[in-house]
Amino acid sequence: MNITVDESKCCGAGQCVLVAPDVFDQRDEDGIVVLLDATPEPGLHAAVRDAATICPAAAIQVHE
Amino acid sequence: MSAAGPRIAVIGASAAGLAAAEGLRRLGWDGVITVVGDEPHPPYDRPPLSKQVLSGAWPPERTALRDAGRLAGLGLDLRLGTRAVAYDPARREVTLDDGERTVLECAGVVAATGVRPRTLPGTEGVEGVHVLRTLQDALALRRRLAEPGRRLAVVGSGVLGAEAAAVARGLGHEVALIGAQDTPMERVLGREVGALLAGVHRDHGVTLYPGRTVTGIAVDGGRARGVRLADGAFVEADDVLVAIGSEPAVDWLRGPAAPDLSDGLGCDRYCAAAPGLYGAGDVARWYHVGLGRHIRIEHRMNAGEQGLAAARNLLAELDGERFGQRSPFEPVPYFWSDQYDLKLHAYGILAGAVRTEVLRLGGDPLRLAALYGDADRVTGVLGIGLTPRQARSLRPLAAAPGTWQEALARLRETVAA
Repeated sequence: MNITVDESKCCGAGQCVLVAPDVFDQRDEDGIVVLLDATPEPGLHAAVRDAATICPAAAIQVHE
Repeated sequence: MSAAGPRIAVIGASAAGLAAAEGLRRLGWDGVITVVGDEPHPPYDRPPLSKQVLSGAWPPERTALRDAGRLAGLGLDLRLGTRAVAYDPARREVTLDDGERTVLECAGVVAATGVRPRTLPGTEGVEGVHVLRTLQDALALRRRLAEPGRRLAVVGSGVLGAEAAAVARGLGHEVALIGAQDTPMERVLGREVGALLAGVHRDHGVTLYPGRTVTGIAVDGGRARGVRLADGAFVEADDVLVAIGSEPAVDWLRGPAAPDLSDGLGCDRYCAAAPGLYGAGDVARWYHVGLGRHIRIEHRMNAGEQGLAAARNLLAELDGERFGQRSPFEPVPYFWSDQYDLKLHAYGILAGAVRTEVLRLGGDPLRLAALYGDADRVTGVLGIGLTPRQARSLRPLAAAPGTWQEALARLRETVAA
């Protein structure tokens, strides 16, 4: 799995951090997504896929 | 049935429909997935329409929810520019409005047809009268706002009207915001926060017409020239945006054996409206077990979450051995709004609150957290101008509603951290 995020689409909802805190964080200044781990271990894949589906700005792309 | 196996039809190709289709594939459905969308565009995102698209910051292509490659990878039978016109719940057949009136035999159906905007009577075909739901709508209004010095009257001071007013004002146009509510977004945010928001719009130069009823749009030679108010006032305008709410798009589900369609598609805790029929997104009114009542949510976050939940539960109904048990859909509702440089985050249910407690943070009146609820317990929480960590930490307050005393104590802790 390889993850990319589109910072310019991110709306700062923070849902990805709630679903997969080991993979995503937010910048303190504006809440924009920070990708902590672009190639997470398999145990995190399901949570990452959920985060990508529910991201309300469609800013997370998962490549598998 | 075709050689490719049984079919699930997803009616609606926006956020909820796409989430359902993706969920079905991801969870292992290897039959046909037909996605029917009445607009000509592949799935795109709506929140940017009243923000980045209207302001011109984004070209329309940027609203695409998935690029062509990823969409193709899902192997969907995607039928765009096509509308479902009938559903037979006993036979699980969907009829389309394509030339042949194709009838789709389905193993299951996800209804994700969303809502359509309410309009003012007698304004159809009048030039300069706009609604804002589709990409086409947004681009039509954008074309007008791309020229300098317009006068825009926004009818409706809910979230859509307030956001559009902020964008138009940001572009330098003359903007009037006319609302039946006494303050913008008051039905959701309450009077105190609404008054604060009114101040922000006023400070940015928007002319507010609060607590007013619109009696009609004045038309001259087929073109709007202003808005008439019940108190006799007349608001001159080159363009009028009508943002007075919407109606669930359920006409295709009507019929003698139709499920409950009293306010959207009535669904149970699993998002099921009938055997094999599930609802998701703006159109679905379902029983939220945690809240103990039916709710229907017209917010972007819910579209994705409910699309996924509907897919999961439909598969579980069709083949429990393979896909597991159905589970109740019990999200913590979330929405956000951008107006000028303000960002609002809200969790839970704010609308209809009988009690509100607003906690201001520091000296800046535009940094606050607020609790909403009934007499006994807190059901929703709002943050404006908070850090991301603070905003996220509001969520547990809405996820497990407590008494006012507990919630206030926790809120103070949260925002002090």
